[in-house]
Amino acid sequence: MSKVRVLVGTKKGAFILESDGKREKWDVSGPHFAGWEIYHMKGSPADPNRIYASQTSGWFGQVIQRSSDGGKTWEAPGGDIKPGPEAMAGGKSNKFAYDTSPETGKPLTTHQWYDGTQHPWEFKRVWHIEPSYNDADTVFAGVEDAALFRSTDGGTTWHELSGLRGHGTGPKWQPGAGGMCLHTVILDRKDPGRIYIAISAAGAFRSDDGGKTWKPINRGLRSNYIPDPAAEIGHCVHHIAMHPSRPNTLFMQKHWDVMRSDDAGDNWHEISGNLPTDFGFVIDVHAHEPETIYVVPIKSDGEHFPLDGKLQVFRSRSGGNEWEPLTKGLPQSNCFVNVLRDAMAIDTMDSCGVYFGTTGGQVYASKDAGDNWSPIVRDLPAVLSVEVQTLP
Amino acid sequence: MIRVVLPPHLRTLARINGEVSLEVSGPVTQRSILDALEARYPSLCGTIRDHDTQQRRAFLRFFVCEEDWSHESPDAPLPEAIANGREPFLIVGAIAGG
Repeated sequence: MSKVRVLVGTKKGAFILESDGKREKWDVSGPHFAGWEIYHMKGSPADPNRIYASQTSGWFGQVIQRSSDGGKTWEAPGGDIKPGPEAMAGGKSNKFAYDTSPETGKPLTTHQWYDGTQHPWEFKRVWHIEPSYNDADTVFAGVEDAALFRSTDGGTTWHELSGLRGHGTGPKWQPGAGGMCLHTVILDRKDPGRIYIAISAAGAFRSDDGGKTWKPINRGLRSNYIPDPAAEIGHCVHHIAMHPSRPNTLFMQKHWDVMRSDDAGDNWHEISGNLPTDFGFVIDVHAHEPETIYVVPIKSDGEHFPLDGKLQVFRSRSGGNEWEPLTKGLPQSNCFVNVLRDAMAIDTMDSCGVYFGTTGGQVYASKDAGDNWSPIVRDLPAVLSVEVQTLP
Repeated sequence: MIRVVLPPHLRTLARINGEVSLEVSGPVTQRSILDALEARYPSLCGTIRDHDTQQRRAFLRFFVCEEDWSHESPDAPLPEAIANGREPFLIVGAIAGG
């Protein structure tokens, strides 16, 4: 029987939740890297026992951790083994150096600071890790300040795909409330050249040549909080989801508005429909029904908690516009948690499982596509990210 | 032997129990201590000082014989008590925070 492994990144460590295909009884391991912020963990489609984790700290910076046994043991990849009783693997994995201009040797570009002045890029952390479909040692990292890096040696060394920052719109990018982060990386299983990424607050971008060249894909987005609501650059995209079988169809949760594109991001249209509020962070797609999508509406701008203290997932089975609330098993009073952008995931079991984590430390699971929910754990540190692996 | 005391998170990261004892060749300075520390524990590269600029990370301080040396030159000779191991070189994380 298949089993599932849920990877949970929190403000104070990583947790791994495992169950058989029934998804009724769960084994919980952790905290791994106790005390450190784990922004994201994700397993390799090419080798499910290979898992990468972004371990970060405002005090000590960025570390990439890697497991080759499904999360039982971890190493900071680096290669060098120092002799002696305290021998351990070295840790080159925490070096993310931005490219400079090949002509001048100076910084490639600057971005807009909060006060409108130009500001140099400064590396802060890895927000999102996206392993390759084909090679367990190839992995992408979306970072703050916004850039895309790739490693082809299992996370040991990282190199910027600087065509993204260098294509010309960089000076218009600006930080959102959470910083200027590249938080979404979507690969196309059938076309290795295609990569989608999203940045707060710049927008969405696409490469069709494996990350060498990029173009903004924000036509149709409207953001009333920027001087030109329909500008090419400046949109606070919160997350994008894609069903693997339909790589030209994208679903976006923007700061406000839930959006859809059917032409690989070239044009977007709004599908917020009857949502009680179209602000939120997460968005995801059912594993077997490409027109079934999920969001968690959140009250904003300032509050960032569910409407009326009721935690509700909304599901559309028509690709947007018509939404139904899913509440069975979720708290319907006095609930004031948030669900952050990378904190929802979908398994590929026959009866599709949906998972999400909250800033209150709960991880909820539904094994029937959202009809019924129950908490796997409810007292973790604030959850930053949730991913799930469906294992044979 | 030079003695170095690290914050708990860095001890966990580098899998260190207790103090670190290091041999440092040449003058004993902040730079030579950190060079020797990173050579022994490569996973600490970038966690105490920036990879490229070698600047101390903002939320860390260096204490020597009960004095803050964070803003001294990294190449300034440290007191004899550090060089002979009578006192530890302290790397301290800012207390504030979650």
